[in-house]
Amino acid sequence: MATLTSADLTDVTASESALRRFLHGLPGVDQVGADARAAMLGTRSIKTTAKTAALDLAIRMVDLTTLEGMDTPGKVRALCAKAMRPDPMDPSCPATAAVCVYPDMVPAAVEALGSSGVHVAAVATAFPSGRAALDIKLADTQDAVEAGAHEIDMVIDRGAFLSGRYLEVYEEIVAIKAACARSEDEPAHLKVIFETGELQTYDNVRRASWLAMLAGADFIKTSTGKIQPAATLPVTLVMMEAVRDFRALTGTQIGVKPAGGIRTAKEAIKFLVMVNEVGGPDWLDPDWFRFGASTLLNDLLMQRSKMKTGHYWGHDYVTLD
Amino acid sequence: MARADVRKTYKLYINGQFPRSESGRTFEVLDAKGGFLANASHASRKDARDAVSAARSAFPSWSARTAYNRGQIIYRVAEVLEGRRAQFEAEIIAAEGVTAAKARQYVDAAIDRLVWYAGWADKIAQVTGGANDVAGPFFNHSTPEPSGVIAVMAPQGPLFGLVSVLAPVITTGNTCVVVASEAYPLTSITLAEVLATSDVPAGVVNILTGPQAEIGPWLASHLDVHGLDLTGVTDPDLARTLEEGAADSLKRVRRPDPTEDLLATPALDRMTAFLEIKTVWHPMGI
Repeated sequence: MATLTSADLTDVTASESALRRFLHGLPGVDQVGADARAAMLGTRSIKTTAKTAALDLAIRMVDLTTLEGMDTPGKVRALCAKAMRPDPMDPSCPATAAVCVYPDMVPAAVEALGSSGVHVAAVATAFPSGRAALDIKLADTQDAVEAGAHEIDMVIDRGAFLSGRYLEVYEEIVAIKAACARSEDEPAHLKVIFETGELQTYDNVRRASWLAMLAGADFIKTSTGKIQPAATLPVTLVMMEAVRDFRALTGTQIGVKPAGGIRTAKEAIKFLVMVNEVGGPDWLDPDWFRFGASTLLNDLLMQRSKMKTGHYWGHDYVTLD
Repeated sequence: MARADVRKTYKLYINGQFPRSESGRTFEVLDAKGGFLANASHASRKDARDAVSAARSAFPSWSARTAYNRGQIIYRVAEVLEGRRAQFEAEIIAAEGVTAAKARQYVDAAIDRLVWYAGWADKIAQVTGGANDVAGPFFNHSTPEPSGVIAVMAPQGPLFGLVSVLAPVITTGNTCVVVASEAYPLTSITLAEVLATSDVPAGVVNILTGPQAEIGPWLASHLDVHGLDLTGVTDPDLARTLEEGAADSLKRVRRPDPTEDLLATPALDRMTAFLEIKTVWHPMGI
């Protein structure tokens, strides 16, 4: 990125060809190198007080998620209760960052969370496929924003992205970003989901990251959780490099959210190590890094309790969802 | 040219696989005359944790199988063991220094014990459960159900002791983590090879080798373990420590009984120790 300057970014979104020239001019990702670096960072041993701190940080970073066709307001309320007090027996256990639900569940979540400080994130824009007309996607977004969602998780149109219609994807993100505005309140934060499992190459992940950041994303997010592979360590590493370079260039910090497939505390800690090494400690904060997960929280709680009590915890002592 | 010895590496048995100890440690196993016999894996608390997670995830499907099917599988273990008896006899002779006749007797006893429990698999419910007479228009049934993951401290000695504590636990649908005899661990890993090739699903039996005093407390206090069989614990202080560890999570504990003769025909108590009776009231006459 050394050759780029912030002046280079001014006109890149002016036309389809300028945008393509810019995205395809980004340096290619060394796939073997990225995999090897992610694997190497995953071997770090995090123990004792560092582990305790990492577990608490990871809990604070969780976007506790339920995105199923069978969701009900009752289930969302239960999830909210868990987000606010993840370990009911231990008041020192921090709350999660947010709960992540479908737009029609936002009112139930907003009501249940009240003034607890736990945010409500809603997936919008015809999640998870993103296959709908733009006005439907905008209506979906506005619906969630008006219901009080603090954060919107949108999906990009992978079909358009993979066929090289970058400007279309860009303009869609810009339009959704505008729909996140609220008249008397702060706008909802926009997270842009790439579904990296469908993007085929790390080069595409890097291009999608830059595209979303140029379009005004507040967060870039790996996956919907509906497609495998979802959030892998190397993919998240490529995205962390992109946000690091973007901040160096523009001064604007963007958050990263891996989602889907992170189930154990051990994996979560590997992500934190990677974030610290690639982005730096600035990103080790729930405002800048999140985990989209549901079962991960239980494992974090079990590990946390193991650190506190000295014996291994059991599955009978945490909730099923 | 003389052929090089092909020596066996004795490893642990966790989730249907034979991993080395996560800690990388081993300990020397000696023969009856105090000479070197083999190296065995020295299991760590993390191996115990992995074994419990394996047993925990194997439990739902193992306990949901029909009792008849579990009986068939236990019988299959006996069949495969019968086919490999020469190996077990040789290992028992090497480990204990007993005569060939004595070794054969031990293997016979182990096989017979498996067959005995295999037969009980689909009968224990009729003997310990039943239809209860109640003063009301209800069918009232009591049925025994398995407790969950059982941590078993195997008795000291090769093969037979292990079989006689292992078979009753899994026959009734529990899964288990066994800490093998510290002085005679080799036959237990060979038995694991038998279990691995006789339709016992991965994770139903997990076998750790190493010191009871080191591994035991982690299993005793583990909240995902539902029962503790202390048969092989000869040190009363250790037994007490383990019982205290188990108390926090209200585990079912079977205490060691020094007067117990394992070779005698068993009663049902080894099976009933880790069964829970569920009673169901069902309205009738409608």
